[in-house]
Amino acid sequence: MTEPVTVRLTVNGVAREGRCAPRKLLVDFVREDLALTGTHVGCEHGICGACTILVNGEAARSCLMLAVQADGAELTTVEGLMTDGALHPLQEAFREHHGLQCGFCTPGMLLTALDLLRVQPEPSEDDIRAGLSAVLCRCTGYHGIIKAVQAAAPRLR
Amino acid sequence: MKPPRFDYHAPRTVDEAVALLARYGGDAKPLAGGQSLVPLLNFRLARPAALIDLNRIPALAGIRETDGHVYFGAMTRQRAVEFSPIVARKLPLLTEATRWVGHLPIRSRGTIGGSIAHADPSAEYPAVLAALDGTVVARGPKGERELSAGALFETYLTTTLEPDELLTEIRLPVMRDGAGWAFEEFARRHGDFAIVGVAAAAWREDGRWSARLAIAGAGPVPVRLHGAEEIIARDGVGAAAVETAAARAADLVRPDSDLHASADYRRNLARVLTGRALRNAIARVK
Repeated sequence: MTEPVTVRLTVNGVAREGRCAPRKLLVDFVREDLALTGTHVGCEHGICGACTILVNGEAARSCLMLAVQADGAELTTVEGLMTDGALHPLQEAFREHHGLQCGFCTPGMLLTALDLLRVQPEPSEDDIRAGLSAVLCRCTGYHGIIKAVQAAAPRLR
Repeated sequence: MKPPRFDYHAPRTVDEAVALLARYGGDAKPLAGGQSLVPLLNFRLARPAALIDLNRIPALAGIRETDGHVYFGAMTRQRAVEFSPIVARKLPLLTEATRWVGHLPIRSRGTIGGSIAHADPSAEYPAVLAALDGTVVARGPKGERELSAGALFETYLTTTLEPDELLTEIRLPVMRDGAGWAFEEFARRHGDFAIVGVAAAAWREDGRWSARLAIAGAGPVPVRLHGAEEIIARDGVGAAAVETAAARAADLVRPDSDLHASADYRRNLARVLTGRALRNAIARVK
């Protein structure tokens, strides 16, 4: 069926709804229909990781899902990381350790790192490097990003 | 770079999915985890008339062990395989191979059945299927059939599944108690498809050694390295025997050259990685 479909889902704890064509990618739905532009669109084929969000608590590429597939799901995007106007401890660590330059990859880095730290609460530097190889930074800023995730790990345990 | 138009169906049962595939007569694509299919849609390299989304069929996901086999619903996520205690205990080779599949965010969505049905010869799961003598179940309008890796994989990205057949289950015999295992791979970037990868299992019974070896990325389909296994069965696991088996692996494969690597380089990797996988598997034998 190519007719528009209704998508109901929870984004950052808030019930949201939209109508779109079945071919609409989740990342475009989040940005255009839900007006949450913190999630970035990079390569659109699952390589760069800029569009990574949490789907039902697990990091996933939102450019490789259709919006209709997220009907009923719970999403977390970068907009959902702050609480009461305060940065998430992971965001604080990125700021302290210069974990971003242009910021394009940052939303994907943050949500990928969050998922990584849930799966591996005490990662080694190698674990972090391997985990974050899921997201590409073209500012060559990896060093600060690795340090930020190392610093955030104990604060999130 | 957005998907072309398609009819979208999200059936709740396998029978419904098979009926839909039959109705479109080869113009429909089953959508599993989407980690390969959606990029093809985004680039418009694939333009199916319809997508049959399998993600709303609960019966297709899950891992269970019974009668010496582990059964995987085709829609079991790679992430579920990675963290499954059953798999870690009974199929540690599969656990290790899973860590080579893409990245964690890819494995959140990617499925074991999707990876096998996609039939990329550089992928890890097809090689594990071949190494462990696993089978897959295909269901079509006329019923079910069970296929070995050898019967399933035809060539690059091509299986012997009919257009109206759906891969529904993967069956892997449990590994022997005390068996060693290793998955060795070379890729240019972490998480990329392998240039070459080798799945190995080894065990000793009454003083006699056995090995199971399969290779990814060294030809149009994963290759079971029977000739190299025979050398281990005959000569044991001394350094010379392992090196002979590794050299045999390089002779057994017929890799093609492509922009990622030449055939000669892949053949060299077949030798190096088979030796490494064998040594690491043997070191883990209890």
